[in-house]
Amino acid sequence: MTINEALPLAVLASSLLPGLVIFILPETWIGTRTTLNLLGAVAKLVLVGILLAGVHAGEDYGVRYAVLPGLDLVFKADALGLLFITLSAILWLLTTLYAIGYLEGAPRRSRFFGFFSLCVTATMGIAMAGNLFTFFVFYELLTLSTFPLVVHRGTNQAMKGGTIYLAYTLGGGALLLTGIVWLHSLAGQADFAHGGFVASLGQAHAGQLQLIFLLLIAGVGVKAALVPLHGWLPQAMVAPAPVSALLHAVAVVKAGAFGIARIVYEVYGVEFAQSLELLAPLAVVAAVTIIWGSLRALFQDDLKRRLAYSTVSQVSYIVLGVALFGPIGTVGGLVHLVHQGIMKITLFFCAGNYAETLGIHKVSEMDGAGRRMPLTTVAFSIAALSMMGVPLTAGAVSKAWLSDGAQTAGMEWAIWVLWTSSLLNAVYFLPILWRAWFHQAPVAWSGEHIPAHGWRETAWLLLLPPLVTAAATLAAGIFADTEVSPLAWAQLIAGREYVGAMP
Amino acid sequence: MTSGLIFAFAGAALFAMGVAGVLLIDHLLRRILAFNLMGSGAFLVLVGLAQRSDAADPVPQAMVLTGIVVAVAATALALGLVRRFHGLTGKMELPVADDD
Amino acid sequence: MIDPMVWLIVLPLAWACFAFLLGPGRGARPAIAGLAVQLLLALQLAAGLNDSGAGAHAIGGWGAPLGIDLAADGLSVAMLLLTQVVVLPLAIYARTYFASYAAEARYFWPLAGFLIAGLNALFLSADLFNLYVTLELVGLAAVGLVAAGGGAKQITAALRYLFATLLGSGAYLLGVALIYGAYGTVSIPTLLPLVTAEAPDVVRLAGGLMLAGLMLKTALFPFHFWLPPAHGGAPAPVSALLSALVVKASFYLILRLWLGPFAPLAGIIAWLPALLGAAAIFWGSYQAICARRIKMLVAYSTVAQLGYLFLIFPLLPTEGALQAGIMQAYAHGLAKAAMFAAAGVLIEATGQDTVEGLAGAAQQLPLTLFAFGLAGITLMGLPPSAGFLAKWQLIEAALAQGHWIIAVAALAGGLLAAVYVFRVLRQAFLLAPVGDVRPVPRMLEWMALLLAAASVLLGLRGVELMQLLGVPAMGGAS
Repeated sequence: MTINEALPLAVLASSLLPGLVIFILPETWIGTRTTLNLLGAVAKLVLVGILLAGVHAGEDYGVRYAVLPGLDLVFKADALGLLFITLSAILWLLTTLYAIGYLEGAPRRSRFFGFFSLCVTATMGIAMAGNLFTFFVFYELLTLSTFPLVVHRGTNQAMKGGTIYLAYTLGGGALLLTGIVWLHSLAGQADFAHGGFVASLGQAHAGQLQLIFLLLIAGVGVKAALVPLHGWLPQAMVAPAPVSALLHAVAVVKAGAFGIARIVYEVYGVEFAQSLELLAPLAVVAAVTIIWGSLRALFQDDLKRRLAYSTVSQVSYIVLGVALFGPIGTVGGLVHLVHQGIMKITLFFCAGNYAETLGIHKVSEMDGAGRRMPLTTVAFSIAALSMMGVPLTAGAVSKAWLSDGAQTAGMEWAIWVLWTSSLLNAVYFLPILWRAWFHQAPVAWSGEHIPAHGWRETAWLLLLPPLVTAAATLAAGIFADTEVSPLAWAQLIAGREYVGAMP
Repeated sequence: MTSGLIFAFAGAALFAMGVAGVLLIDHLLRRILAFNLMGSGAFLVLVGLAQRSDAADPVPQAMVLTGIVVAVAATALALGLVRRFHGLTGKMELPVADDD
Repeated sequence: MIDPMVWLIVLPLAWACFAFLLGPGRGARPAIAGLAVQLLLALQLAAGLNDSGAGAHAIGGWGAPLGIDLAADGLSVAMLLLTQVVVLPLAIYARTYFASYAAEARYFWPLAGFLIAGLNALFLSADLFNLYVTLELVGLAAVGLVAAGGGAKQITAALRYLFATLLGSGAYLLGVALIYGAYGTVSIPTLLPLVTAEAPDVVRLAGGLMLAGLMLKTALFPFHFWLPPAHGGAPAPVSALLSALVVKASFYLILRLWLGPFAPLAGIIAWLPALLGAAAIFWGSYQAICARRIKMLVAYSTVAQLGYLFLIFPLLPTEGALQAGIMQAYAHGLAKAAMFAAAGVLIEATGQDTVEGLAGAAQQLPLTLFAFGLAGITLMGLPPSAGFLAKWQLIEAALAQGHWIIAVAALAGGLLAAVYVFRVLRQAFLLAPVGDVRPVPRMLEWMALLLAAASVLLGLRGVELMQLLGVPAMGGAS
């Protein structure tokens, strides 16, 4: 086994092995568990760094292994996969730190961190899957490893949310499996490839291929929370805050959005998908989801539920970008994969901080929270403004590229969708900021758990991660034109997917 | 109709009666007898149909002998269980249904 | 050079008799030693088969038609291997388990030995009558095991099981008699070229009788009535043996006949088992979802999972269908053994047997719950597991022939399985007052986990098994 074959496996192992060990650790071995977690997360970052440099230089990383005759598990780390891997690896480290602080003193932490690591492993597997079979294996593994996290609290409400989550995702999995096996029986064993591999089947199978596309997109669309398959996401809000952050920003919804990107670009090929007239309907679904999610978010008083509907809306920006035919839309969608991740995780970290520190769960309880927790609220504000697309933030970059993409693709209506969504974003975020900064704080916080120590408004492990991601949100916006920005990487991918025309 | 065929038909009839008995009779002892009837019917078919020429065919006879041994073993097990059942419950019929 | 085929039959007989002579409740050690050797023999047989093709052995030097021939091809060795792989951990489990149930253990080891000998002989037999004898041997030993508890409930279940199995093998025997009458032979290789699509009606009747009898013994819906009380009422190791292996024996026999002599007669009739299989999936799952007691849940799950095995029949001529069936047999065999073993631990630890009663205790038995969960993944057909590969192969074979309905049944069955598996798993996550849990020997938990892990790991490497299945029988296609 060469280094280039071993590296993808090492990326998987760097979270799988710590996870398995953590399962069997006694509850009280906190130090060992924390060390293992952080070692794994740091090791993964280092490995990802090596991969990034290699892929940029044009190296190929991949390994394959036969499960059945004619059925291989294939891993490869390519540019598109690395986009997702890098995001996950960085946010995993931060979320781990946050979770350590968040769950301090809580019961059943070995179980939590064990499944947490499995969840990240599954995400890595999804990102590095080299064919649909491998993708599906890890896609279902993700479902299984997130269920225990969603129901972690064990209350009846948590169970209800978990059950709904399972019903949606397992049902989606069944659809996805049908599509994958069908395609497999048509096209035989085929790996993801730039420009897709089904084009060779030609127009003769057009009808079947359209149906398969529908099955595949419906299958991954459940996780991407496309309307009308989004019902599980607000329900899954019963989970602890780090889990919500993970579900919304890194693992689950991103796996869905990423899956759509893979299917469009590397299974069907964007040109062939366009010729089958599949992209326009997908764009419409994405647009409906964007508007619907924003509208629903307006009417939620529960902070986390408002954020959840906001996620429904924002993830579909990615889908919209993928569905816009043309490299500029692609860049917009892919870069939003990263940008939405860092923005949304900031918001959830902050929501968790409000809940843990002051017992605030509802928007209507936010009065004056900014005075008591200024740093958290600054982070929250940056992320919220970025969501609206205020200049100099990451969100502005995404929206600019998406609008340009819509223009070039000749879908002017999509620009209106984006503008409407921005407006709605402002309508549901600005009141929160207004309350937090400008309303009078109550005399005493009824649910205060963590007292302030000077400038440290809450436990430092809770404070650090949102500040880092908020800074990243700004940096991704301000330094978008540099070599090392997510935007530059998205352009690299688009250049490889659209063989030829790149502005 | 050759004698072999007559045996076979008689065997089939016995088998059918035995099956009906196993399915329909509640009394356990009679059910075991019905099972034996069923087995005998099958053996009769086996021997009867094999009578194609004058020379006796040893194979079916060997098979029937083996089959009888199996049937005896099964009967013994059934009787043992029925005795135990009778001892425990004092009944000779299985209860109608004992589901979950 | 010893012939592993013969020893695979002689060894379990030997340790069974030895255990009987040692006296009630004894003989675990020789049994485990014997089983370890059997596993090696089965592996040796499989390796030999891969290298040099199918094997045969005439017992005592008497060839067919008078003597008894043993034959091994890919299909039979695959089943042999499954048997030995499942039984060895179960025997270790049983040894520990029965340490606290002396009464139930009285005749476990001799009966188990006869059961294994019967199973191994069945898989190696090459003539219809010999198959009948082994089938009866398996059935009678299994009935004995069900009755081993000795309570009125177990005896009732055993009697019901006994009459079902006798009826099934009686129908099979009549079929054999008719075949002998028609062709003058019961040897499968000899019959192979004789039975054609123009066979006389009596042969069709024989085939129908044999199929019906075997379906009864495999507990295919609606003949499943005897299975849940028998499997749900027996001690855990016995339930595991019965669910994992015994029902597979008659399934194997159907498969053997269907692929062998009766292949030309299949035609449209192949849809009958498939439809019953689909019905079994729905009915069994529904009952499992409603079941109050955990062992009944697992037993009804067996009814449902057996349904998958029968979905392959309309697809059989094509590539992949047989592979799907055997993969499913492996998946279910390993996972169900693990699940009954885990259920045994849970019942033992909590002192009660309802699903709801597990809530407080589950958190204190994470290893067992984990085993249950892994086995559940296999039963749901989620990756990575043998059950997933089986489902994949089945759906692919079904789609390749355009039989949508089979793919839908398989997928729906997976979702239904999720409902009943998570009924148990959710107890592990519920907030509940910590219940009283009796300490359980760790060995029990580890064996359950081992079996469950095997069912999952097979999902990562099925190449060798498929290769083994590809070895045809001697003198023709299997």
